[in-house]
Amino acid sequence: MTNRSLLPAAVSLAAVAALTIASLAASPQQPAPAPSGQQSAEGSGRITSDSGGRPRLAVPDFLVAAPDAESKAIAATIGQVLWDDLNFEREFDMIPRDTYASIPVPASIDAVPFDRWRELGAQGLLLGTVRKTGTAVTVQVRLFNVAGQTAAFSKEYSGTAANPRTFAHTISDEIHKQQRSLTGVARTKLTFSSDRDGERMKGTVYDRRIKEIYIADYDGANPRRITVNKSLNINPAWSSDGKAIAYTSYRRANFPDIYVQRIYDGTPPESPAHGTDRIHNFLPAWSPDGTRLAFMSNRDGNAEIYVIDANGSNPRRITRHPGIDATPTWSPAGNQIAFTSDRSGSPQIYIVDADGLGQPQRITTDESWADRATWSPSPFNEIAYAARSGPGFDIKIYDVGSRGSRLLTHGEGSNESPAFSPTGRHLAFASTRLGNQQIFVVDREGNGLKQVTKEGNNFTPNWSR
Amino acid sequence: MPRHRLTVLFLAIALAAGGAGSACKKKNPPVARPTPPPPDTDMTAGRPPAPPEPVTETPPVSVPPEPTISSADMGSLDDINKKGILQPVFFEFDSAEMSSDGQAVMAKNAETMKQYTTWVVSIEGHCDERGTAEYNLALGERRALSVRQYLVSLGIAAERLRTVSYGKEFPFDPGHGESSWSRNRRANFVVTAK
Repeated sequence: MTNRSLLPAAVSLAAVAALTIASLAASPQQPAPAPSGQQSAEGSGRITSDSGGRPRLAVPDFLVAAPDAESKAIAATIGQVLWDDLNFEREFDMIPRDTYASIPVPASIDAVPFDRWRELGAQGLLLGTVRKTGTAVTVQVRLFNVAGQTAAFSKEYSGTAANPRTFAHTISDEIHKQQRSLTGVARTKLTFSSDRDGERMKGTVYDRRIKEIYIADYDGANPRRITVNKSLNINPAWSSDGKAIAYTSYRRANFPDIYVQRIYDGTPPESPAHGTDRIHNFLPAWSPDGTRLAFMSNRDGNAEIYVIDANGSNPRRITRHPGIDATPTWSPAGNQIAFTSDRSGSPQIYIVDADGLGQPQRITTDESWADRATWSPSPFNEIAYAARSGPGFDIKIYDVGSRGSRLLTHGEGSNESPAFSPTGRHLAFASTRLGNQQIFVVDREGNGLKQVTKEGNNFTPNWSR
Repeated sequence: MPRHRLTVLFLAIALAAGGAGSACKKKNPPVARPTPPPPDTDMTAGRPPAPPEPVTETPPVSVPPEPTISSADMGSLDDINKKGILQPVFFEFDSAEMSSDGQAVMAKNAETMKQYTTWVVSIEGHCDERGTAEYNLALGERRALSVRQYLVSLGIAAERLRTVSYGKEFPFDPGHGESSWSRNRRANFVVTAK
C-alpha cells in the first residue's frame, strides 16, 4: 500500500478490504481505542494562503461508501469534529460549514468540483470517505490543495464505529504535524471534579453535595466518571504518561488524602502520601518527569509543601514557614516549584528550588489574592494563576522572563483554577460566567473561548500531558 | 465498724437537717453538744470543767457533679449532631483568629465536652466562596487547627479532637452575600463518637 497518493478509488477500496482489522472493543475501564493509520501519510506540500495569513480551509461532511444511516452519522460526526479540532489550534482559517452546504457532494473522493471550492475562497479542502464493515470502520482522508488540485495529505485509518470522534482527533493531529509542524492536542484529555450526579455525602447530618473525578476528551466529549466513593474528590492531576490521575479525596474515614488511580488498570487507588486521621494531604502535582509528587500537608502542624517519590518513599519538606504554604506546581524542567503562601499577609505566588533549600521568591506583587499557580510547558516560560479582581477572580499569566502579568479573562463571572494544555498554547479553567461553575478552554492569548462542560458544576480542571 | 455506722448516721442527720450544702463545709466541724454559756462556767467553783471534746469528721473531697444527662439518652450520633449542642465558631475573611465571641462559644463547648467525657469531636474548617478553592483548603485546615489548639488549652484532651478542612466545598448557606459568607466562615463541630 505504497505510492498511491492519487490512485483510483476502486483500487483503494480493494486494498482496504484486504486489511485485517484487529478487534478493538473497549471495556468500560479502557479508553476508546485510537484508530490506527494503515499507511504513512502521502501527499506533499503545504496549503498556503495567497496573502501569507492563515490558509482558508473547508471540511465538508465525509462521504459514505454505503448510504446507511450509521455510516452517514459517522461521516457527519467526523466532518464536524475535524472542523472543530482544526479550528481549535487556529492554524487554519476555518470556513464556516453552513456556507458550503450548496456545493454538491462528489460521487467519489476523486471527483471533487474544485471550481466551486475555489469560488468559495477555500485554499484547502479536507475530504474523506467512510466505509463501515460490521463494527469496523475505515476512513480515507485527503487534504487537497484547491489551486493545484493535488493532495497535500492522504491517508487511510481503521478502527471501530464505537467512537467516530477519535478518527477526527487523529486526523487533526496528523494534519497539524504534517502541515504546520505542530503537535496538536486533539487526542489529549481533561480531568476535573464535578457534582453532576447530584449525590450527597454519606455519614453526615448535613446536606452536602459530593464531587467525583471525571475525565473527558479535550473538547468535553465522552465524559466518564472515574471515582465512585460518594465522598469529596477534588484537584485531579494527570500523570505525565496519561495513565494515572492523582487527586485529593475524603473517601477514607472522611479525612483528606492524596490518591493515585491508574485509570486503565482497575486496581484500587494508592495513597502514596500515607495520610491518617491526623496527617492530611492535599493538592497533588506531578513532576514533569512523573517521578515525584508535590503536595500540601498538615503533618508538621501547619500547611506546608512536601515532595515524595511517586511510590511514596523519600518525603522531603520544601517550605518552612508558620504561614500557609499551599497549591504547588512544577517548573517544566522539574527543578523549581511555584506555590501559594500567605507569609506576606495575603495569598501570593512564590517560587522556590525543588529541593527546598533556597529562599522562596515572591513573584506576584500587585494582587490582593493569588492562588493556583500552574507553570506552562516549554517553550513558554509562563505561570498562570487566579487573581482576585473585584468580587471574583480572573486568570492572569505571569511571564517569568519579563516579570509582567497579563489578564486572560476580564471579569466575566469568577474564574479559577487554570491548567495549561500540554503544548502551552491553551488553558482550561473553571468559571461562573454562565451561572453554574463550568470548565472552559481558551488559547493563551485569550481567544477562542469554548465551554467544555455543561452538566452540574465542574471544578479544578487539569489537562493530560 | 461501729464508728463507720455512726458517721453515716450522723451524716444522714446533718443532711436531713441542713441540706446537702452544709455537709461540704470543712471549716465548721460540728460539736457533740453546745458549749455551756460562759456565766455558768465562770460561776462554777472549784475545779474547772473539762473542755468539751470536739467531735470532728473529715468529709470526702468534693467532686464535680456527674453528667445530669447521659449521652446514651440522647439518641444516635446523628441525633446529637442535629441538635447542634456544640456551637460553631465564626471567622473574619481570610482569618483563623478567634474573636472574643468565638472564645466564649469555645468555653461553652469545652464545658460540654467536659460533661460528656466520652465524646470524640471532629472540628471542620470551612471557608466562604470568595477565596480560591485551593488556598481555602489550607485556610480551613488552619481554622480547624487553631480551634483544636484552643480547646486543648481549655483542658480538652487532644486525643478527643480531630480536624478536617473542607475549604469552600460545603457552604452552610448557599447565598452570595456577606450574611451568607459570614455564616460559611466557620469551625463546625461534629460528634463522631459518644
